[in-house]
Amino acid sequence: MNLLSLTAVELGKKIKAGEVATEEAVRASLAAIEAKEPQVNGFVTVDGEYALKRAAEVQKQIDDGTLTGPLAGVPVAVKDNLCTKGLLTTCSSKILHNFIPTYTAEAVRNLEKAGAVVVGKTNMDEFAMGSTTETSAYGVTRNPWNTAHVPGGSSGGSCAAVAAEEVSYALGSDTGGSIRQPSSFCGVTGIKPTYGTVSRYGLIAYGSSLDQIGPVAKDVTDCAAILEIISSHDKKDSTSIKREDTDFTAALVDDVKGMKIGIPKDYLGSGLDDEVKQAVFKAAKVLEEKGAMVEEFDLSLAEYAIPAYYVIAAAEASSNLERFDGVKYGYRAKDYEGLHDMYKKSRSQGFGAEVKRRIMLGSFVLSSGYYDAYYLKALRTKALIKQAFDKAFAKYDVILGPVAPTTAPKLGESLCDPLKMYLGDIYTVSVNLAGLPGISFPCGLDSRGLPVGLQLIGDCFQEKKIIRAAFSYEQTRPYHHSPLAEV
Amino acid sequence: MEQVEKKVDVKAGKNDISDETMEYVGILAKLELSKEEKAAAKKDMEKMLDYIDTLNELDTSGIEPMSHVFAMDNVFREDIVEDVDGGEDTLANAPERRERAFVVPKTVDQ
Repeated sequence: MNLLSLTAVELGKKIKAGEVATEEAVRASLAAIEAKEPQVNGFVTVDGEYALKRAAEVQKQIDDGTLTGPLAGVPVAVKDNLCTKGLLTTCSSKILHNFIPTYTAEAVRNLEKAGAVVVGKTNMDEFAMGSTTETSAYGVTRNPWNTAHVPGGSSGGSCAAVAAEEVSYALGSDTGGSIRQPSSFCGVTGIKPTYGTVSRYGLIAYGSSLDQIGPVAKDVTDCAAILEIISSHDKKDSTSIKREDTDFTAALVDDVKGMKIGIPKDYLGSGLDDEVKQAVFKAAKVLEEKGAMVEEFDLSLAEYAIPAYYVIAAAEASSNLERFDGVKYGYRAKDYEGLHDMYKKSRSQGFGAEVKRRIMLGSFVLSSGYYDAYYLKALRTKALIKQAFDKAFAKYDVILGPVAPTTAPKLGESLCDPLKMYLGDIYTVSVNLAGLPGISFPCGLDSRGLPVGLQLIGDCFQEKKIIRAAFSYEQTRPYHHSPLAEV
Repeated sequence: MEQVEKKVDVKAGKNDISDETMEYVGILAKLELSKEEKAAAKKDMEKMLDYIDTLNELDTSGIEPMSHVFAMDNVFREDIVEDVDGGEDTLANAPERRERAFVVPKTVDQ
């Protein structure tokens, strides 16, 4: 039996029942990583020794009845922008090439408290800035469905590791689509929760008002179970929200009768690949046949989400990334004259091109003389986008659409034209601007055999609605394992 | 998407950032760019700003800038020390250290 072809919840059940030992599951994951990494490169760091030590501890706690949760003993991979105490955390950047955090991110701590075993840290676009996982300082990650293609980004390592079945599930982070888009490209399921649901403590910040941590797994059941565990109110994150309704697995119900689903016409215009469009419509039809009311509507403002997003994200990034200066941790330039020169040289040599591009743009839009015209204009646009969603959710329970305009592009096709790459985020960024929850899950394959993702968007705090609709759809379509999963 | 791209084309070349502005942004960003990098960054930024200028088609008069999606009050907590001294772990990450301190270049002339 291939333990990694099971879902995380299925594997957790076997461990709980004593059919599989935690160590066996962790060893299976480490063996799969060793076998597949030459092709996938989904990891920056793998720590087998630590994972096996943890496995023994966790098994003991399962045996003595301390750990009873659904994911106890199940191996997990964590995106490399989440701090892990004592374990290298690079953000896939040269500037953090040797950074060993002194504490663990709250979301990871929550997982560990529930018995998760972290086997390693996954590759990403440098500082989560990118849509392809090609801007990593540690090499590109390849798509397990076709290694000539990108896995998407920025959580490309997490999604590829799950699709290649190197690990049972993973954590990612989503600032403008960074969980949903790679989930779509890799044929797995990912959730970006309502802003404030998962503590950002220990997540190395990119765009603080947009960042959320979320699960990546094979199916909706896994994602609901993981999200239930990682959600928490945390006094260490002042934007963290106290919620009573985080029992997300209660929404795993196969029933969409009477659910009102709206498809934004704005998401179906030119630029959307025809095969993606057909797959999305087919999925909508399935939900309709199951009793949902599906109709198209005008969301409006969709084309303004990307420019507003890039102004806000770049502005916040320029401020957040000021801390990387070569003083207390990370890369410091070798030759410099004085303190300021050390800052400048360390940063210029430590950051990659895309990160520098966004820091420059962010510094510009925040500078005096341009602040009102660009930054405040973007924040006003954000307010209008939120209003448009409020209006939509007064009428619909769930918004349905594509995750990305295309399936996964080939490696090397995207970075030459950054603006074109940014436009690929058109269906995902507005969700972050408005703080909404979104789920991405597979709804078909294109003629090249690459996965197509479907996105469901809910109103703030309405994760349960999108989980219920996604779960209902999933009952009609078996999980498709990627070609690399079989190896 | 093609529609958006067309808008970019129509406005191409509208933004022209001066060398002085690029120099100033470099100072704010604490980045030192080579001559080639500077030229590329200028071109990139002009292209991005041309695109961002599509926001000017939107009438946002009377709309309050929204920095946070949820109305939030300031969050207070008692200032209680909970973590034990992690000084040694923190200093272990230092590019250069001396005893219990980070070493940096001289910042004040005597």
